[in-house]
Amino acid sequence: MGEKVLMKGNEAIAEAAIKAGCRHYFGYPITPQTEVAAYMSKRMPKIGGTFLQAESEVAAINMVIGVSSTGKRVMTSSSSPGVSLKSEGISYLAGCDLPALVVNVQRGGPGLGGIQPSQSDYFQATKGGSHGDYHNIVLAPASVQEMASLTQKGFELADKYRMVSMILADGTLGQMMEPVEIEEVSANQVEKPWALTGTGMKREHNIVNSLYLKPDLLEIKNFERFEKYKVVEENEVMYEEYMVEDADICVVAFGISARVAKNAVNMARAQGIKAGLIRPITLWPFPKKPLFNAAQHCKAFISVEMNMGQMIQDVELAIRCTRPVYLCNRTGGMIPSPDQVLEKIVEVNDGGAK
Amino acid sequence: MDYQPKRVTLFAGHYGSGKTNIALNFALWLKNLGKDVTVADLDIVNPYFRSADSRDELNKLGIRLISSEYAGSNVDFPALPGEMYAVTEDKSNYAVMDIGGDDRGAYALGRYTEALLSENNYEMIFVINKFRPLTKNASLTLEVLSEIETACGMKFTGIVNNSNLGSLTSVEDIVDSFSYANEVSELSGLPVLFTSVREDLFEEVAEKVGKEKLLPLKLQSKIVD
Repeated sequence: MGEKVLMKGNEAIAEAAIKAGCRHYFGYPITPQTEVAAYMSKRMPKIGGTFLQAESEVAAINMVIGVSSTGKRVMTSSSSPGVSLKSEGISYLAGCDLPALVVNVQRGGPGLGGIQPSQSDYFQATKGGSHGDYHNIVLAPASVQEMASLTQKGFELADKYRMVSMILADGTLGQMMEPVEIEEVSANQVEKPWALTGTGMKREHNIVNSLYLKPDLLEIKNFERFEKYKVVEENEVMYEEYMVEDADICVVAFGISARVAKNAVNMARAQGIKAGLIRPITLWPFPKKPLFNAAQHCKAFISVEMNMGQMIQDVELAIRCTRPVYLCNRTGGMIPSPDQVLEKIVEVNDGGAK
Repeated sequence: MDYQPKRVTLFAGHYGSGKTNIALNFALWLKNLGKDVTVADLDIVNPYFRSADSRDELNKLGIRLISSEYAGSNVDFPALPGEMYAVTEDKSNYAVMDIGGDDRGAYALGRYTEALLSENNYEMIFVINKFRPLTKNASLTLEVLSEIETACGMKFTGIVNNSNLGSLTSVEDIVDSFSYANEVSELSGLPVLFTSVREDLFEEVAEKVGKEKLLPLKLQSKIVD
């Protein structure tokens, strides 16, 4: 492990990426993610890397496509409106089967919205978000330490499956400071025989492309890609379970909401209510099995989110609607308090929730 | 704490070095000396965790806060209110100026530099934390120092050592950081004015190094467990 330092979540993402061998960063400033770019602008020139502030988010994501084609680890970061601008390029990355790390430090929306924290890009991140049949691997950190470790995990999974890994954080995690230890990891864990590195007149040239002139070939490509997605769903689900074993009420929350929800679960337990928490760490693939298992003994679920209720749909699907699922939420840049979540737990436990 | 305050005290440094936290606690320390105190939040860089978050607490303590009316709101608007001129115009108050992070934050100070220099009753403090990766050693720390001085057109007059690891800070971490602070002091020619210490560690650190040059951090922003 490295040395312990005090970092903002945004900085931890940047340093973790550098320590995972990423030497190419393309971005455009936007609050509350700007420290990722600011940190990269200071560090990259000192280690022979490339920091480039593109003329727009659209340009930045296309630069990512270019570098990724050469097999190098590459990333970009933004906040909600900027990720919307990048979504076209994300679809192209998916269509070309290119690995890349995309960071979304979410803020309130829709539209220009606001600069305070939010989780309202859950649909965009987990349901594709851009055009065409595809998935991103979506990782949801809940601490500054996880901002670092999941950034590195994100690169690893992206390379392994030739997919986009997205870090779905929020403004609070980006701005808050916590002690963190960041490991040095190898950038060369995966061979990339598909990369455009020059044939040296020794091999056939590689092609990176998302255009298929014949529909039957495009169909085959999509079928193949979804076979790969099945493998990801089978092998890469990550989640945290907290006091779920004997729980009557199962709270489901990710990211900063899960930190709040955990406090509420502890407060509920102190009152004698058997509450537990499932925290999805991968939002895609979604941890369906642990939720389905919890539904065997939990009488109700509560989805705690900083949006109008997006993950709640995946919770309902995962438990096949066998139990009621209630929403406890704030939106527009507001964060739920432990008291608000506790109140909901008590209400649901008493059977009086709507 | 054994320290003779100037009429205006400015806190600048690398972002995340702890400027806002120290500025608020220093204002409290001044208030306890019986001074009339104004805190001026000149941060036009940080979207979250602003001194404006402590407005109610400062009000209760009788400390005036001048801050952007957009602080903590949903817009990213780098503007300062006209009221900010009270800091240099109203000399009956002790002013504590919280400058935004790095050179970018320090540009905002330039507007007030001329008045501060001509009154010549200020202390401009460089806040340092060796546990921040971009100021982890003395030479990196000096890079930040000269960037800020260039941006605002003022020279630092002293250093505050705020080395800490957040919730994991140990007494040893603080005591060990003295050699780092001294090295920054030696290379920059600036004195270490005091070291800031979380209140719960204060007594233990004081036992080891004396309390003459320690500022206890009583006001602390806490977000989530």
